[in-house]
Amino acid sequence: MRKLLLASLALLVTAASASAAEVVVYSARIEQLIKPLFDAYTKETGVQVKFVTDKEGPLMARLKAEGKNTPADLLITVDAGNLWQASDQGLLRPVESRILEANIPAHLRDPGKEWFGLSVRARTLVYNKNRVKAGELSTYEDLASPKWKDRLCLRTSKKVYNQSLVAMLIGEHGEPKTETMVRGWVDNLATAPFPDDTKALEAVAAGLCDVTLVNTYYFGRLMQKKPNLPLAIFWPNQNTGAGNAGVHVNVSGAGVTRYAKHPEEAIRLLEWLSSDKAQNLYADMNMEYPANPAIKPDPLVASWGSFKPNLINVAEAGRLQVRAVKLMDRAGYK
Amino acid sequence: MLTLENVAQAYGRKQVLQNVSFELAAGEIGCLLGPSGCGKTTALRLVAGFESLQSGRILLDGGQVAGPDQALPPERRRLGLVFQDYALFPHLSVTGNIGFGLGSLPRREREARVDEMLRLVGLSQEARQYPHQLSGGQQQRVALARALAPRPRLLLLDEPFSNLDVELREKLSIEVRDILKHEGITALLVTHDQHEAFAMADQVGVMHAGVIQQWGTPYDLYHRPRNRFVAGFIGQGVLLPGVVRSAHQVQVELGMLQGVDAAECDGGSCLTFGIGTEVEVLIRPDDILHDDDSPLQAEVERRAFRGAEFLYTLRLPSGARVLTQVSSHHDHAIGEKIGIRLDVGHVVAFRRPPPDAPRGRA
Amino acid sequence: MPWPLIAAAPPRGGSRLSAALAPWLAVLPIALISVIPVLVVVSSLVNPDRETWDHLWQYELPEVLGNSFWLVLGVGLGVTVLGVSLAWLTATCHFPGRAFFNWALLLPLALPAYVTAFVWLGLLDFSGPLATWLRETHGILRLPPIRSRGGVILVMSLAFYPYVYLTARVAFQGQGRRLMEAAQSLGLSRQAAFWRVALPMARPGIVAGLMLALMETLADFGTVAVFNYNTFTTSIYKAWFSLFSLPAASQLASLLIFFVLIVALLEYQSRARRSYAVSTRAASTPGRIRLRGWRAALALAWCGVVFTLAFALPAGQILAWAAGVWAADFDARYLQFAWHSLLLSGLGALLVGGLAMTLAYAQRLHPTPAMRVTARLSTLGYALPGAVLAVGFFIPVAWLDNLLIDHLGFAGQTLGGTLVVMLLAYCTRFLAVSFGPVESGLTRVSRSVDEAAQSLGVVGARRLWRIHLPMLRVSMLSAAALTFVDLMKELPITLMTRPFGWDTLAVRVFEMTSEGEWERAALPAAAIALVGLLPVVFLMRNTEHAHT
Repeated sequence: MRKLLLASLALLVTAASASAAEVVVYSARIEQLIKPLFDAYTKETGVQVKFVTDKEGPLMARLKAEGKNTPADLLITVDAGNLWQASDQGLLRPVESRILEANIPAHLRDPGKEWFGLSVRARTLVYNKNRVKAGELSTYEDLASPKWKDRLCLRTSKKVYNQSLVAMLIGEHGEPKTETMVRGWVDNLATAPFPDDTKALEAVAAGLCDVTLVNTYYFGRLMQKKPNLPLAIFWPNQNTGAGNAGVHVNVSGAGVTRYAKHPEEAIRLLEWLSSDKAQNLYADMNMEYPANPAIKPDPLVASWGSFKPNLINVAEAGRLQVRAVKLMDRAGYK
Repeated sequence: MLTLENVAQAYGRKQVLQNVSFELAAGEIGCLLGPSGCGKTTALRLVAGFESLQSGRILLDGGQVAGPDQALPPERRRLGLVFQDYALFPHLSVTGNIGFGLGSLPRREREARVDEMLRLVGLSQEARQYPHQLSGGQQQRVALARALAPRPRLLLLDEPFSNLDVELREKLSIEVRDILKHEGITALLVTHDQHEAFAMADQVGVMHAGVIQQWGTPYDLYHRPRNRFVAGFIGQGVLLPGVVRSAHQVQVELGMLQGVDAAECDGGSCLTFGIGTEVEVLIRPDDILHDDDSPLQAEVERRAFRGAEFLYTLRLPSGARVLTQVSSHHDHAIGEKIGIRLDVGHVVAFRRPPPDAPRGRA
Repeated sequence: MPWPLIAAAPPRGGSRLSAALAPWLAVLPIALISVIPVLVVVSSLVNPDRETWDHLWQYELPEVLGNSFWLVLGVGLGVTVLGVSLAWLTATCHFPGRAFFNWALLLPLALPAYVTAFVWLGLLDFSGPLATWLRETHGILRLPPIRSRGGVILVMSLAFYPYVYLTARVAFQGQGRRLMEAAQSLGLSRQAAFWRVALPMARPGIVAGLMLALMETLADFGTVAVFNYNTFTTSIYKAWFSLFSLPAASQLASLLIFFVLIVALLEYQSRARRSYAVSTRAASTPGRIRLRGWRAALALAWCGVVFTLAFALPAGQILAWAAGVWAADFDARYLQFAWHSLLLSGLGALLVGGLAMTLAYAQRLHPTPAMRVTARLSTLGYALPGAVLAVGFFIPVAWLDNLLIDHLGFAGQTLGGTLVVMLLAYCTRFLAVSFGPVESGLTRVSRSVDEAAQSLGVVGARRLWRIHLPMLRVSMLSAAALTFVDLMKELPITLMTRPFGWDTLAVRVFEMTSEGEWERAALPAAAIALVGLLPVVFLMRNTEHAHT
């Protein structure tokens, strides 16, 4: 009787214990963009992938609190900044993998080998075709010039995409110059910053402003729904010479946790995610660009044209992110 | 049956009860009467057990229920309580309310007892109704039946009629008394209304400032008040100045009062005052008779028609006022002078306070 | 002699001690569960992150404090006006449509506020249909901006007024008509009677709802984020997610807690001196004031406008979106999400309601200052942003887990990631939601009812079972329904503590909105609303017939 009681109690209060052929993932990349990959992986290898989704902050707080007893083997985020932080807080472990180093270009992975970009998100300009000629546009920096007065729309500075863009600009120009430039952006705003990229795009389409800064997949999604909107992509900073380092890119990526219970399984999953089998699925589901340069992007994505990406290591953006946030605060970018 | 011995109670610095002692015999209905804040409700709650006793003793059936170191919790005192707001359980029907305290009885007996109580309070028709569907008087009777159903050793009633209109109050208080007497129930009532007290109680304790000023029958309280407060609080009347002329005589403006009954005075016989002492004499309306032939004349200052009689306020030549009750065929106008005469059965006199002391109004 | 002899009575000293200890035995575990996460958050004050703090102090807090102040003031006023007026109309008046609005006015609770906010933003922003139409047909270039302080206050008031509506309504219903009649008989006009009698009498109920609405306002992140309106909470998130300083975030959260605690205690102090018990007689007269003519039309119009703006319109938009993505997104897993949501919210509401009842009841039996303060402290979690509280809860659980694994030889995970932990975490956050209605319900039960039962020999658990639980049925149903609906929408704690695979409808909304796919989020949001309707309707049916 007592045994039975204990057993049922144990059932109620214990989580299912880990079995051998599985890998546990904490993912900030949302379920519908990650589960199809895991399903494919399980189908191919028989390895079970258990995962929970949450925002990066809580996931990292969770990893930290759980310490060496964490069940998590792999941490997936949707930006490099958070991976850099996770690494900085000692939550990740270095991974030696020829496959990963071959598949992922150097500027899209951690120099310390603790994390690897898996898909590329480009943050670029989108303008209203009826109100702006492509020739008027040139660079991120140019958006600060007075000719864009009351013509610019921006998403809130609280979004990490803008933070890493500004971090990259700091890396390129230093803080004082970048701050002047961000102040210029703020001066040029036609309306208060928007909560998301789509809203900013709609405002440009409606004529509230003429140009905005967005991740390409938001543009892709909106145009799929409303193909007639007078919007077009412009790739900034493409010329040669100073100040033309290329389009700012960020990554969605992953790293193996420091106290992973199944590190080999985690590395195998990571390698598989960087392989040609997974890369298209990983990127195409969300109209992103594959991190593996050998893989072609989705035809729709490719139709927006090719661009020269900024080759500064995305880890730089992570390193400078806190400074970027403070700089935007100082500049009054809400 | 119920005995309070030297009960005293204080909250913080405020002495709420002092030296309260009284006794109720089995089947007797007692009442604590007094203005609000006099401590009567505290006394009741001490008996009920809702307050813990600080000093003195309370005995029920000869056994102590509360003393300085002992207290029987309220639920084990076997008392019935009728609350001022009735405290009926709104989610239970009349039957459910009355049967509430009968949980330990077998179902059959419980139902029989509830039926009995319903008949007793005349609510058999309303058995299935809920409190909010009943009139005030009906709710009151449900509260009574609920309290009586478990056959309490003692019934406590806290201002039980104060929520009712005057007419209903009188009718119900008589009804309730009949029920209690019929059932032979010992009860303690708390009220500020002397009509209620007189209609219900065998013994009344007049309370003031935490002290029982006088404990006695309604008749005694009315006719033999022991002090100025009781004299003023009970019934109507005025205090007329007078002078003790002899062991049996007090001179007032209206004439010489003969203390044939060996008059009760402040703390004893007027004899103790000594000849020549200035006193005040309690004159009730029924002490003064209207007599057209009397040489003693007084002017009608106010009159209150009460159906069978008038209550006249009369002004004496000295300016002092007295009250008289007169059969209502004697219709006199204000300002008219009418003849009166004294008919005092016994004299109640108090030593006159020094002029600067506050004067007792009667 | 059938009655026990006096000697059988226990000595008073002993019984008093055990009587004083017993409620604490029940209250302390509840208080610990609720207070520990808050303490974990507050403990950050010991080790301040000066650098982040200085930055926030200089560039962030001046704006944010003002914003939060105006938001609390505006939403407080908004929910009070909406909630009290609507509750008064539906509880005490009779007009066409009353029976419908009576329950329908609670429906906005079933919609996640940030989804409602997004719908409003979509409808009223420059690029939205209304502004576009005005621009193209009437040449009106600009509407008053919805992305503004006024816009946030309006949308939040529309989203949170049901808290006040529900609690005020129960209070007005409990008053009955006699009190109003008494006041009118004293020469007060009906209006004056409302202001001087009915409203003050309903104060505990109104304030209970108001406190909930304001705590939710302060803790809200989703709605203000939609408007990009910076508040104290957005600063907390900024410190954590953007400046990567959980300590600084916790310090800000501690300030928030401190502020709410002061307000709660002040409010309680001012209320503690009065009694709000209504005698059964005064409360007994049902029957409503019959409104006619223009008054009836006005009442109908007011209810209709609020209902349309707060529910019909956003719900319509959500349904339209949901219909658009139904074919692509709906699959069998939705049944599982819905089942998880129902199960977790149902169990959570039961647990939270039970604990709240225990807390409120202990406070009634032992109204000592220590007990009152403990009860207040236990409900503070609701004022914290959910994610911060989730971490505060998770840290001690993980610590305990590590202790068990390292020293007691447990293998693998023991506590974290179990349903029990998740449900307890719900308690730390939502105790306030259940505690408010139950407590205000208890204040309306006259003490003499307790004493009447006691004098009839019914005390302790039997009195609770036979008197208080039945009398509090309406309050407890309100509490459970409110908690249920809140739990259906709950996100941060669910995200952080759910076992693997335990995704809910709310998690689904999160997955969609976090990449900006609002139209696709409409499907789970609509499902939440539909499931949330059940308790609302059930609740209303029960409270309507409370006295028959």
